[in-house]
Amino acid sequence: MFSNASNFVHGVDKAFLIIFSISLFFLILLTTIMITFVIKYNKKKHAKAVQIKDSSWLEFTWTAIPMILVMLMFYVGWEGFLPMRQAPKDAMHVKIIGQMWKWSFEYPGNKVSDTLVLPINKAVKFDLVSKDVIHGMFIPAFRIKEDVVPGKNNYTWCIPGELGDFDLFCSAYCGVSHSYMSAIIKIVPEDKYNLWLAVLPVKKADDNKEGYKILEANGCFSCHSVDGKKIVGPSFKSLYNTSIEVNTDGVKHKITADDLYIKNSIYEPNKDIVDGYQQGIMKSYKGIVKEKDLPKIYEYLNSIKAN
Amino acid sequence: MMSNGTDKIEYVSYLEHQGKYSGLRSWIFATDHKRIALLYLYAIATFFFVGAILGLLMRFELIAPGETIMKPQTYNGIFTVHGVIMIFMVVIPGLSAVFGNFFLPILIGAKDVAFPKLNLFSWWIFIFGSILAVASQFLKSGPPDTGWTFYAPYSTTTGTSVIMATTAAFVLGFSSILTGLNFIVTVHRMRAPGMKFFNMPLFPWSIYATAWIQLLATPIVGITLLMLIAERLFGIGFFDPKLGGDPLLFQHLFWIYSHPAVYIMILPAMGVITEIIPTFCQKKVYGYKAIALSSLAIAGVGFLVWGHHMYTSGMSENARWFFSLLTFIVAVPSAIKVFNWISTMYKGSIDLKPPFLFALSFIFLFIIGGTTGLILGSVATNIQVHDTSFIVAHFHYIIFGGMGFAFFAAIHYWLPKMYGKMYNFKRANIAWGSLFIGFNLLYFPQFIIGIQGMPRRYFDYPPQFQWAQIISTIGGVILISGIILMVYNLIMGVRKGEIAPANPWNGSTLEWQIPSPPSLENFDEAPVVKENPYDYI
Repeated sequence: MFSNASNFVHGVDKAFLIIFSISLFFLILLTTIMITFVIKYNKKKHAKAVQIKDSSWLEFTWTAIPMILVMLMFYVGWEGFLPMRQAPKDAMHVKIIGQMWKWSFEYPGNKVSDTLVLPINKAVKFDLVSKDVIHGMFIPAFRIKEDVVPGKNNYTWCIPGELGDFDLFCSAYCGVSHSYMSAIIKIVPEDKYNLWLAVLPVKKADDNKEGYKILEANGCFSCHSVDGKKIVGPSFKSLYNTSIEVNTDGVKHKITADDLYIKNSIYEPNKDIVDGYQQGIMKSYKGIVKEKDLPKIYEYLNSIKAN
Repeated sequence: MMSNGTDKIEYVSYLEHQGKYSGLRSWIFATDHKRIALLYLYAIATFFFVGAILGLLMRFELIAPGETIMKPQTYNGIFTVHGVIMIFMVVIPGLSAVFGNFFLPILIGAKDVAFPKLNLFSWWIFIFGSILAVASQFLKSGPPDTGWTFYAPYSTTTGTSVIMATTAAFVLGFSSILTGLNFIVTVHRMRAPGMKFFNMPLFPWSIYATAWIQLLATPIVGITLLMLIAERLFGIGFFDPKLGGDPLLFQHLFWIYSHPAVYIMILPAMGVITEIIPTFCQKKVYGYKAIALSSLAIAGVGFLVWGHHMYTSGMSENARWFFSLLTFIVAVPSAIKVFNWISTMYKGSIDLKPPFLFALSFIFLFIIGGTTGLILGSVATNIQVHDTSFIVAHFHYIIFGGMGFAFFAAIHYWLPKMYGKMYNFKRANIAWGSLFIGFNLLYFPQFIIGIQGMPRRYFDYPPQFQWAQIISTIGGVILISGIILMVYNLIMGVRKGEIAPANPWNGSTLEWQIPSPPSLENFDEAPVVKENPYDYI
């Protein structure tokens, strides 16, 4: 509590402490009264109940006091929250890109990293971009969280105040590997940060192949590797035009991974399931991957067959 | 008071009454509100058991980081099904369909609800919707994996059987709407002669407030789910930005219903507690009018706070703090009820029987659930705990600790009236103990790791959170044992228990003035209406 990990910790933890203290006070008070009554007015000792008249004065008091207390709690919550929406104009920008099930961090100059490295004591504004569904950018130690919503320009910001490594989690449920969608944040001194940024390579234009770009834009690589590694779905490596074993309606048979098969696998992914993989994980990309783009995908898959 | 003295010969209980049908058909085609209530009870208890087993499976998966007993996709399916069953098939119908059906007419001195056939039809719709929900688990494309919230655009694009599950929720909604309509008309038109609104007991008041929410809010989620289905089937772009839609539109529409739905669950629970406390304290309820009106206040303001589910969604800053302000205001009427319940105990003559024990633990758990709700209502702290296990703990404290314990309290309170038999008190107390301990062990640690940043709906998690997951799993096992013992005790009570007298708790409301179990038309003599239903003098 009350660490310096970010500039919001103090405000948020203060709100926690105030609300928690008031709550605990009432929980203990009311529970004690309840137990006292149960013991004191147990029918063994207190055989005849005494009927009490309602008192509007009492009713008014226990309406007014909670009203004042909740307004106080509202105020500290609002006070702790307000700075979260007031990013300084000169803050550096990092684009945080969420896609199933991987974070990437884009720095000025088209440089992309898998870890979020930031200089200490410098305001940074995060522009949140989703390539597919809703994700949640959550850094518990910094007390920040904002959903990464496709089609919206959500943002959040902070000033990191402590050196070290911190967790970044995905907080909005996004599918099968939701719980694996995390990243490490490294807060380093500014000179180290500058060194790191200088050697960070510019975003790979990866062979500039059109097919690659289409697959990348749709987040295909988070489930299908290009190096033969088994992730969520089968790898793209050495796939094109080879013979593979699939399950169709529970029947195992061999099929050639030709253009038609690849098209079907994109538009009706749950029809032919490659043996050893689960059904129902991949969605249909009908209408999302355009029919005219398919040949470019075939071409790319053919090109990584040769590797 | 005891009206069954003079006409003993004519009395036939509703359980033995011979109508048009016999055997199973005398139940599934029954229009008697009491038989329909029992139909709901058996269906809901079954679904609750299935949902609880699914919950326990999740707990076993989470006992250690990494894969323990199932694959991630299976886990995602299970938490979705757990949510859909528990929300749409257990807690939303729950108290109002079972105890509302059975006791609303009796408590207001009526023979039945206003539309008995519509009431039976609602049950059939409920069963049909439930079959659809169960069927969605077994379709070829796999169980839905969206969570019960069906957030777009994940729900509009995932390959699993979302359409079947949302259709089920849509159909179940109609059952809820028709039940609400039926109860509103019943309260307005069927009260016994001489019973004004402010002569009604408080359980009918809470059922009445709930019914309005059911009637007004449920159509919104119905339309929303239809929009989702239309987007999946025909590519109409309501929610997916790739089709020109807005994902936040779905969240707004969803929570405009689903937040008031929380009050559909909790208002009848508050109503039950308000019946039980005066009976076991032998005291007039303190602040009758305040409790009655606070039900209406909660129902009304509850419509205006849905945005507190969306503080991190990217909604405008002004909307965030304004929803926060309204959320804090809705906390006040709930607090008033707690003060009134506790004041009712003051100088009472307290009999610590099982229903009262459940009611006391309801108050304790409800205070924890309610005050952690304050942490969620405040914007700054919400940012930290939103979508973490803190929120999972919070809503289980409200829904299970609140609505669930109120349901258990209600069944222990009214079982002798419903079946004319009594259960074993000692076993009921032991079951209560393991429910209470198991519940707190299960959910309390989730508050702590939630604040530390453990996100919800996680199949796997970093090792620093394991200690809490282990405690929770142990709690889950104790809780399930408590449930099994409680159900066993109640079934044994109904089958072999002692004959219960007409008024075993010395209650003052109308249901205790008629024989147990009641006759088909409840009142063979005109009920005596008191000015204050909780008059013990």
